Amino acid sequence: MDHAAVETAIAAMGIGLQALLERRHITAPLMVGIHTGGVWVAERLHAELALADPLGHLDISYYRDDFSRIGMHPQVRPSHLPVTVENRHIILVDDVLQTGRTIRAALNTLFDYGRPKSVILAVLAELDGRHLPIEPNVVGLHARLAAGERIKLTGPAPLVLVRGRAPAKPAPKTHQVEAAP
Amino acid sequence: MMSHANAHDLQLDPAGHLKHLLTVEGLSRELLTEVLDQAEGFLGVAQQAVKKVPLCRGKVVANLFFETSTRTRTTFELAAKRLSADVLNLNIAASATTKGETLLDTLRNLEAMQVDMFVVRHAASGAAHFIASQAAPHVSVINAGDGRHAHPTQGMLDMFTIRRHKGAFENLRIAIVGDILHSRVARSQIAALNTLGTGEIRVIGPRTLMPAQVESLGVRVFDDLREGVRDADVVIMLRLQRERMSVALLPSEHEYFQLYGLTEERLSTARPDAIVMHPGPINRGVEMDTQVADGPRSVILEQVSNGIAVRMAVIAMCIGTQNLRGQSAVGGLDD
Repeated sequence: MDHAAVETAIAAMGIGLQALLERRHITAPLMVGIHTGGVWVAERLHAELALADPLGHLDISYYRDDFSRIGMHPQVRPSHLPVTVENRHIILVDDVLQTGRTIRAALNTLFDYGRPKSVILAVLAELDGRHLPIEPNVVGLHARLAAGERIKLTGPAPLVLVRGRAPAKPAPKTHQVEAAP
Repeated sequence: MMSHANAHDLQLDPAGHLKHLLTVEGLSRELLTEVLDQAEGFLGVAQQAVKKVPLCRGKVVANLFFETSTRTRTTFELAAKRLSADVLNLNIAASATTKGETLLDTLRNLEAMQVDMFVVRHAASGAAHFIASQAAPHVSVINAGDGRHAHPTQGMLDMFTIRRHKGAFENLRIAIVGDILHSRVARSQIAALNTLGTGEIRVIGPRTLMPAQVESLGVRVFDDLREGVRDADVVIMLRLQRERMSVALLPSEHEYFQLYGLTEERLSTARPDAIVMHPGPINRGVEMDTQVADGPRSVILEQVSNGIAVRMAVIAMCIGTQNLRGQSAVGGLDD
């Protein structure tokens, strides 16, 4: 999926988010992107919505449920939440939603920084294969994967969603998921 | 106690991961850098409202302190707790005659309680290595100071503090001042500084407090403080270890201060942006003047905070991922 299609999907997310915020009477949300792909998407949305508070970055490495399986990520960037999440409406942004495990970890991470008033989930690409009861509020596009196929967001510029066969080892500097078995 | 010549062979598992941390000697630059990089990530946990991450949930860490300690024990305890591990604190008075037996007995009893990690401090050099060589296969051991031999986490937290202030080690001039002879901290610092490629390492102190052939450690030796700290980027002060001095190596603490005590005036030959470090506890008015200890160039309290992050990194690297060690990591993140 080329750069233009991704930018169109992000623009649609912006419109969707704006409408949702108005419906819920939320005037000053705090946007938080999940490392790495989620931050790239969040940067676009943050500009799109012209939010006053700076963008937060969330690294969920320490909260992953498969930590003992895949080991420590060589470069965990500290989470950076410039403004307290306490009592704020949060827009959580990620690139790809499939099993829901990343979002579970992200919610746990977020709540260790404080108690948000609400959390809205916005994802660029939604896939089938949920393992957990987690659903997005705003979706850029729906994708369907064949068995063994995966999708990954490459960036930060240009942002391109790449489909391909799952390699034996994940390539660095990209964020990717495999089709659920 | 056993020889610790082969300590580094014990420290890594067959896949090259850190299994025990007994000494920084023999560890690669890549591995030391990994410890520093991981610590950088853990520094952020202190900023959370809930200062805890679930990496070591369900693990048990036993602090086995045969020698007293406040800072090291409490920061190890906090580090383990911030990783969500359960912590046992055992303060065991060392028995000079039955040391080996006491150690092994203690070890077997704690293993029977499903302890995953021992953090060991002992007055005898090689104690942590001995425990690591005798421990059950799933147990990791961290040396929290053994005799005059090594104090690797202190060495690494000092490297972390230096890197945060000064960046790369290649162009740095680092001066270590004081009782080099009795200092396991200095030994670990010098080993780590050499491995990380430090430009110039200097040791400064009276000849009576220098080990024999100290130059062979890869350091320049000075007996004049003012000359030794000239143009230094980092000045590390060591504690006078009177409790380890069996003979009179020093005339008096007062005289020591006259010659080797760090004052603002003596520090004036160092680089203007030099930082001053001390592993604690400080003997104010012996190793350094109160004005220096509390002054703008002192990073002594920062060393304490950094110690928690570095110890979290070491604990997590040793036991955070051990559940399925040996099985190959599966590619692809499960989103």
